[in-house]
Amino acid sequence: MWSVNPTALSGLAPCIDREMTHVKLPDPERLAARILRRERAAVADGLNLLDNKLAEARDRAVRLLACLSGERWLKDGHLVGVTGPPGAGKSSLVSAMIREWRHAGRMVGVLAVDPSSRPELGGGALLGDRIRIKNSSYDDGLFIRSLANRNQLGGVATEVWPMSCLMLACFDIVVIETVGVGQTEIDIADIGDTVCYVAQPASGDTIQYLKSGIIEIPDIFAVNKCDLGPPARKTASEIGRSAPRQDRREDWDYPVCLVSATMNTGIKEFHDHFDRHRKFLADTGLLGKLRTRHQSAWVIRLLKEEFGTIGLELAGGRASIEARLGEDPSDQFGEYERLRKHLLSRFLSVNQPTNPTKEEHPDEQAIV
Amino acid sequence: MVVARKDRDPPWLMRTYSGHSSAKASNALYRTNLAKGQTGLSVAFDLPTQTGYDADSPLARGEVGKVGVPISHIEDMDQLFDQIPLDKMNTSMTINATAAWLLSLYIGLAQRRGIDPTKLSGTTQNDIVKEYLSRGTYIYPPGPSMRLIADTINYTVKHVPKWNPTNVCSYHLQEAGATPVQELAYALCTAMAVLDRVKASGEIPPAEFPQVVERISFFVNAGIRFVEECCKLRAFGEMWDALTLTRYQVEDPKLRRFRYGVQVNSLGLTEPQPENNVQRIVLEMLAVVLSKRARARAIQLPAWNEAMGLPRPWDQQWALRMQQVMAFETDLLEYADILDGSPVIAAKVSELIEGARKEIENVEAQGGIIAAIESGYIKRELVASHMNRLRAIESGDLKIIGVNCFQETAESPLTAGGGDAIMKSDETAERMQIERLQAHRKTRNDAEVRAALQGLTDAAKSGENIMPSSIRCALAGVSTGEWGDSLRAVFGEFRPPTGIDITIDSREVLGKKDQVTDLRERVASTGNALGRPLKLLVGKPGLDGHSNGAEQVAVKARDVGFEVVYDGIRLTPQQIAQAAQEEGVHVVGLSILSGSHMELVESVLQELRSRDLTGLPVVAGGIIPQEDADRLVGLGVRAVYTPKDFNLNAIMGDIVDVVRESNGLERLGALH
Ligand code: B12
Ligand SMILES: Nc1nc2c(ncn2[C@@H]2O[C@H](COP(=O)(O)OP(=O)(O)OP(=O)(O)O)[C@@H](O)[C@H]2O)c(=O)[nH]1
Ligand SMILES: [Mg+2]
Repeated sequence: MWSVNPTALSGLAPCIDREMTHVKLPDPERLAARILRRERAAVADGLNLLDNKLAEARDRAVRLLACLSGERWLKDGHLVGVTGPPGAGKSSLVSAMIREWRHAGRMVGVLAVDPSSRPELGGGALLGDRIRIKNSSYDDGLFIRSLANRNQLGGVATEVWPMSCLMLACFDIVVIETVGVGQTEIDIADIGDTVCYVAQPASGDTIQYLKSGIIEIPDIFAVNKCDLGPPARKTASEIGRSAPRQDRREDWDYPVCLVSATMNTGIKEFHDHFDRHRKFLADTGLLGKLRTRHQSAWVIRLLKEEFGTIGLELAGGRASIEARLGEDPSDQFGEYERLRKHLLSRFLSVNQPTNPTKEEHPDEQAIV
Repeated sequence: MVVARKDRDPPWLMRTYSGHSSAKASNALYRTNLAKGQTGLSVAFDLPTQTGYDADSPLARGEVGKVGVPISHIEDMDQLFDQIPLDKMNTSMTINATAAWLLSLYIGLAQRRGIDPTKLSGTTQNDIVKEYLSRGTYIYPPGPSMRLIADTINYTVKHVPKWNPTNVCSYHLQEAGATPVQELAYALCTAMAVLDRVKASGEIPPAEFPQVVERISFFVNAGIRFVEECCKLRAFGEMWDALTLTRYQVEDPKLRRFRYGVQVNSLGLTEPQPENNVQRIVLEMLAVVLSKRARARAIQLPAWNEAMGLPRPWDQQWALRMQQVMAFETDLLEYADILDGSPVIAAKVSELIEGARKEIENVEAQGGIIAAIESGYIKRELVASHMNRLRAIESGDLKIIGVNCFQETAESPLTAGGGDAIMKSDETAERMQIERLQAHRKTRNDAEVRAALQGLTDAAKSGENIMPSSIRCALAGVSTGEWGDSLRAVFGEFRPPTGIDITIDSREVLGKKDQVTDLRERVASTGNALGRPLKLLVGKPGLDGHSNGAEQVAVKARDVGFEVVYDGIRLTPQQIAQAAQEEGVHVVGLSILSGSHMELVESVLQELRSRDLTGLPVVAGGIIPQEDADRLVGLGVRAVYTPKDFNLNAIMGDIVDVVRESNGLERLGALH
């Protein structure tokens, strides 16, 4: 027997509202044009659309993303992931970095993820990163959207994937701040071109985390709060000494930076490593490959989260899905939606599992 | 006939916390109050003055002269104390982040009037810790702020010896929900942080340090549980005595006395049946006068219409008369301590001391009070205590007469006049103050102003005591905004943690399980119908620091399943509208208690319109008189909540309905 996460099949959970509202949804093609013109209101509407789980909204989201993707998709912008334990200073550091980026005239979009309370406690969330990240009263070149992780595994919400793609279409830099994570429950490898781990001085967490062997090594380390003195230096040297990993690249140096977000120390050098890493990825031709691989990883993760391992099998298995996604790297959302709908129809009807092929994809109109 | 004994104890200082509109209007009020037998002055400043902005700063809009008197420069100070002899007056100033500045203006004025500063007596509140935790008029980060406090202490000890340079405040902590144990613990931690800072500055020779300790006075609260509160004050006395002896080696017991002033609890004063507040206030006052050993030095009382708006002179007179009846008609002042020897009292005192000691140790283990503020620990503790209090009121476990029980009432003649039972601030005050300030800027010597400000900046950077250069600024005609900005440029600004990220124990919710679970279902189902979870922005526009309501609304909203964005106090309408847009919220909730709701709500609505967010529903809460609530609804606000809406579950149900209605879903109506 397979089981379906009931809340994931949105709208199917028992609820007071049996009939759906006429939620006003934007025209995706027109919206895309406005997003590409960097209209703030359009960016906000676009993010709302990507967050929306109504069937009609999902269809429009696919259309929106199709309009926004293209060549740029695989080579432009810089997607930065920032992770680390709670209170390490992720938001404060992002704020300090934004000062640098904005100073250089680059537009910045931020997706900040906070934890939701457990479903049995209402599933609500307090989104508290925004104020730590924002440092000037008004700035047209900075856009922050907070997200709750809605009890999904890992330190990021699934919405982060489409949303970061939208933001890449209109901002030069897109930053994703994950929830404060403890040791191993997070998979951050797939969230950005450049992943930065912010360490809390003198906390056992960091070392545990490094030893855990679950994640790929982040590209850049920051040991924040170096204004606190010796503990920060000690942590930095521990990280420096931590055993090299097999997936470590020979041609990247994995810098460890001592910084202080509040005193603004070491920020310039820290900031330069991001540009250097971005350039490294472009020069070695890794950027496009990395993004394609991350996209596939997202699709697999999302399908698995909603339909479980059995769902993945029903969809043809991991390898076959990855192969199909590789065919057209700019249409991963379309492909994901098709797979998802297919699986939904399988799960909702009591059919014999068969291996789907592209031709067999059911007509979109026919499904929920 | 029984007459009062001649050898009775002298009464405490009787004060009325007041100030409004302009220096001139406030001066007139002070002189009438003094004529009525008030024995000291307690100055309330407006929010721009408290947060270091000039009256014509965009951030001051709508707030000038509202909740206190605006003081922009030395001429305002002169007018405020017109015909009041500074050397004979005892003046208490509720001023914190800009305390060094207002004190400099006061000293500068004395110098100008040829009065020796050593004759000045009074108090600057000057406690930044409780600003971060409760009161909200902070500016600079903790480090520089503590230094400013140390500077004023070091300066006054030498040059204005009768001045109380700082008043460690626990009053505001109770107003933010603190329990008696928390009040004791955090106030004493604050006092230690201040004294340690002064000691570390090295400006005071060790032999003179006991004098510094003696100068530290306290400003405390007394709530309606007056027996416990009286014990709390005895506990304060005992703990301070022990602490100053062991930690600071103050040998002379006279220098170890716990000296304190009081404002009694206002958080428990109600909007419904406001006449009941009179007996609450009197009972609360009992707590701080009953025990001679722990009696207050100075008392100021709120008025019966506290929860409705600012008091009028008559309301304040009534509060002053409560004190006078207590002091002059009763026989209270004829006895030695009437609680000494009571085992019941002694046991309660020990219990409080023990609880407070534990919490002090806990804070010390975290690196002291400043570290515990930066980490958000103490603020979270306060938010949690307040949440428990509100839950108890909701469930009826904590009875509030006229609010959650005995609600039926005959019509009250006190409020029959509708909106007339409060002080209306002068609509022209802001414009007049701005004109006065701009005229003042033209009359001063610019070169002198520049030189004085440069001196201030240099002192701020070098670490030299800030007072001499500030007094020079005062005499040169520098404005409050210029002083504040010069230090902002050197010190930077700070926003403390909001403390709303508390863990909510599910078992605590069981008391109201039916309503909370019902709400969770409504929130989830409405979110499903709209395609994404309901998202609420709680916004505090303007300089208003009253955060309790916003915090508790945010905590409750999260509890019932909303995704909540709350960025803390003191944001501009522009920042709030921008957040609403970027965050894609379903509803905006504004909380305003400063009286500036008309201006602020209107600007927020306008900012939202300019961002294509006309359809986004906005609700508002706070101290909002009925007629203003009607006007706000006329402007498009969907609902207005005031203190009489004490049931947060009901408010949440209503907000869900507001969201539903704006999205074409039918309302679900009252909770069961
Ligand atoms: C507690 C309190 C304080 C505390 C605040 C602690 C804190 N962190 O919040 C302290 C002691 C620090 C304080 C200080 C001051 N205070 Co004060 N304070 C109060 C008091 C006694 C209670 C307010 C309160 O917290 N109630 C409890 C909360 C839960 O209720 P609430 O905020 O009203 O919220 C309820 C509803 O209004 C509604 N609601 C409110 N907001 C929102 C938002 C949303 C989205 C929703 C849905 C609902 C909602 O729902 C809540 C549930 O019932 C009131 C008088 C009173 N009894 O109401 C004066 C009062 C608000 N204070 C006042 C003043 C003047 C000040 C000062 C400015 C004085 C001065 N000159 O220095 C200072 C400075 C504060 C500042 N920085 O702005 C005046 C305001 C006058 C006016 N509006 O005309 C009042 C009315 C007292 C008075 N009569 O003079 N204060
Ligand atoms: N001393 C010091 N404190 C810092 C520094 N950076 C951040 N902090 C403090 O650390 C606390 C947490 O900072 P945040 O930036 O909110 O940390 P975060 O990792 O984003 O936290 P979460 O999002 O809650 O997991 C705040 O009190 C900051 O003021 C620093 O460089 N030095
Ligand atoms: Mg953060």
